Formats: sequence, structure tokens, C-alpha cells
Amino acid sequence: MSDINYKEVLLKPIFKGNPVTVLVLGICSSLAVTVQMEGACVMALSVIIVTGLSSFVASILRNTIPNRIRIIVQLVVVSLMVILVDQILKAYAYSVSKTLSVYVGLIITNCIVMGRIEAFALGNKPIPSLLDGLANGAGYGLILVVVAFFREILGSGTLFGMRIIPQSFYDAGYMDNGLIILPPMALILLGIIVWIQRSIQKDLQEK
Amino acid sequence: MNTNGNVYTVIYSTILVVLVAAILAFVAMSLQGKQNENVKLETISKLLGAASQADETMVIEEGADVLGLYAEKIEDAFFVNGLGEKVGEMNTGKENVKDIQVTSTSDLKKQNDIIKKIEDGQSDLVSTLALPVYVFDINGKDVTVIPCYGAGLWGPIWGYLAINEDGKTIDGAVFDHKGETPGLGAKIADAPFYNAFHGKTFNLDGDVVFTVAKASAITEPEHSVDAISGATITSQALGKSINLWAKYYKPYLAESAAAHQAVSAADSTMTVSGLAEPQDSVSTAAAVETNVNVEE
Repeated sequence: MSDINYKEVLLKPIFKGNPVTVLVLGICSSLAVTVQMEGACVMALSVIIVTGLSSFVASILRNTIPNRIRIIVQLVVVSLMVILVDQILKAYAYSVSKTLSVYVGLIITNCIVMGRIEAFALGNKPIPSLLDGLANGAGYGLILVVVAFFREILGSGTLFGMRIIPQSFYDAGYMDNGLIILPPMALILLGIIVWIQRSIQKDLQEK
Repeated sequence: MNTNGNVYTVIYSTILVVLVAAILAFVAMSLQGKQNENVKLETISKLLGAASQADETMVIEEGADVLGLYAEKIEDAFFVNGLGEKVGEMNTGKENVKDIQVTSTSDLKKQNDIIKKIEDGQSDLVSTLALPVYVFDINGKDVTVIPCYGAGLWGPIWGYLAINEDGKTIDGAVFDHKGETPGLGAKIADAPFYNAFHGKTFNLDGDVVFTVAKASAITEPEHSVDAISGATITSQALGKSINLWAKYYKPYLAESAAAHQAVSAADSTMTVSGLAEPQDSVSTAAAVETNVNVEE
């Protein structure tokens, strides 16, 4: 176990092995919560915390978990974390939790969380698992924020709810792109990000 | 140890589930007070938000003492049934802002369920309704705030309408929702949409009190608001719920309007000259505010 390269664990999920663009996990929620930056950022943070802590707890339990109910145990751990995050948001960041509505609860179904527990946490010590979870959450969050940036600025002309595109543009005939607010454009944006990444990272291209 | 045996598996899962349930129960209970307070505070600021739109000089700043402001502006808060009779009181928090009572959305849901039953033919339930009414004193003018509640596209939507002393002119409106589509249905909570309600009136004589519809389908512009394009279902649902709720507030609104009229008539005879001409000047001033186009 001593051969774990911490730098690799932390950096790979951010770009080279990004859970969204390379593993294509967690697509659903990245389409749903990327209309506005604020929601995307809180969602990113929530997912980072959930993936990190669930991987950590699952890794502590890894030698005791009965193999036959492995997935169920993982699910219990993940949902525990998700509900905790949801409850805390409701108590201390009420307005944001309202904009995210059901999607916080739906982190449970985010494949990244279960995927990392199954692929990494069950075979590694708690600390590397925690880092792996945090890094994967961050990789997911990064994509979320990038997509949300373009969607909010092109779709509503704002960032974090503040007006970026000046009023004079609208007076001159500029219009917000209504399509970009809808999920299909998020998917197209995501596709463009995957395209850019694959053209930079040649080893991802299929022959 | 054999971690794959049946006994181990059963014991393991039992302990895990009990443990997790205990943690969640503890967290939920310890955060509940704070969460409820958030919800209540939000309702109060929504009520104030609707009422404050009746007077342009009144602006609620972000982070203002919502509770104190509410206690200061509220005149009376009570329940009426579908016949316009008072059936209960709410604490207005005049003595202690901690005692302020407002109806939560779950209370509104209960009333909405009763309304639905009445619509289905159980008309004897009309007297069992307990619809909340909040009367604010905004710079000397009585503003009545009434809620509405209904099902949107993904979940419940609700709102608060500030009604003028004449019992039919909408002076202010705020709406909220549980989970409408961001950027589309969720726009009902935004200013361009609710500002379009200012100066509109309830059609108290007709069957349809108020509608929200696309511009081309509107036949009575003074009783309608333009729907949000791309959010047809949310808009229509909102119109439907306003219409339905206003229908059961009608008796009360008519009564209070008549009472106001009597008071102002008495006032004007006592002060000889027509110093107080309360309703008409206000409603026309509000009506000047034109339709805000909420299409993208």
C-alpha cells in the first residue's frame, strides 16, 4: 500500500481522469444544476464533501463489510453523508438549498460517489481514499463550474446573479440565448469540453 | 473472522442501519429548530415583500430586521372561512417578535386540499376553511395580503398577493416554488414577472377571477397577466391557483372593501372636502404601470 502516489491520486481526477469528461459519470446532475454559478458551486462543494467523506468511511469499514451486501452498505454510507449535507444546507444556507432543491438529495445516485468507493476506497487505506474522494469530487465540480459559467453568462447575462452583459448590449439588440438554459445545450457544452480535452490528450482518442 | 457468513451479515447490517438511523435522527432533531426558523423567516419576508410593493417608498433592504419590521407594519392577522367570517386569530408579535405566527406552506396545502374537496362538490366544507389574512398598515393605508397555493409542474407553487383597500386591485405579489425548472418556471419568483401583477384587478363579479395566460389568449387584460414563455404549465398552474383561492376570499374581500368604503365615506363627510379619495387615485396610479414583458 505504500506505493500510492499522492500527487497522482489528487491530480488525476482533476484533468487526466476526470470523472465527468473521461469516465462520463454524473452527467445527469451536471446538466441539471449548471444553470447558475451559485448553485453549481454549492453543488460542487457538496459533492466534494460527500465523495470525500463516504470514501473515507467506506475505507475504514472496508475489512468488515460482508461482501454480499457490499453495495448496500456503500449506499447506506453515501446516503448518510448526503442527508447530512442536505440537512446542514437547509439549516445554514437556506436560500441555496432551495435553488438546488432535489439535486442535493440526488447526489446519492451520482455514480461518481459509488464508483470511487467501489474502485478505490474498498482497496485502499482511509487517508488516500479520502483524498481520492475529494479529488474526484473536485474534478466533477470543476466541470460543473465551467459549464455553469458559460450557461449563466450566455443564458442570463449574469454571473452569481450579478449582471455582466451591460444593458447597452440589450438595447443594441443582443438577446440572451434561451436554449442554453435548457439541458440539451448543457450536454452540447459538455461535449465540447470532452472534445477539447481529447484533442489535447491524444491518448484518450480511440483508434 | 468470516465476514461472509449469514449471521455476520445480518448482525452487521442491523448494527449499521440502527447506527445510521440514530445519527440522522439526532442531526435532524438538532437542526430542526433552525430549519423551521428559516422557513418562518422566509414566509414573513415574503408577506412583507408583497405588502411593501403597495408603497414605492418602502424598500426592504437585504439583512433588514424582518421580524421587527413585520411586527411594526402588521395590523391584524387572522383566519377567515369561505363565507368571509373570521374564524381565528394569529399572533402578530406586537409584544414579542418571537411569538409571530404565520401559516407555513404545509398549512396552505391543508387549506388547498379542502378547497379541492369543495370544488369536487362537498360545498358544506366552505365554512370549515381557515384561510389566513394579513392586514398591514403601509403608510396609513390598509394592505391585505392573502396567499395562494397550488401544484406547479414539478412541485407546489405558492404566493402572496397584496390587495388594495378596494378589495380587488393587486398592489403587490410575490411567488415561490419548490422545484420549478430554473430559468423557466422558476421565473415566477422573479421581479419582472410579479411586477406585471401590479394594478391588475380581481374580477369579483365573474366566474374567472384571474388568469395567467399567453398574451394572445388574454381576453380581459385587466384581470390577466402574461404567462412566461417556455413555462406554460407553471404559469397556468399559478393562474389557476390564484383564481381558485381568490374565489374563496371573495366574500371576505367584498366585506372589507364595503367596510372601508363606509369608513372613508364617513371620513369625507366629516372633513367636508374630498381630502380622502382612497381607492380610485391609488388604483389608477398603479394601473399606469404597464405590462412588463417577461418573455426572453
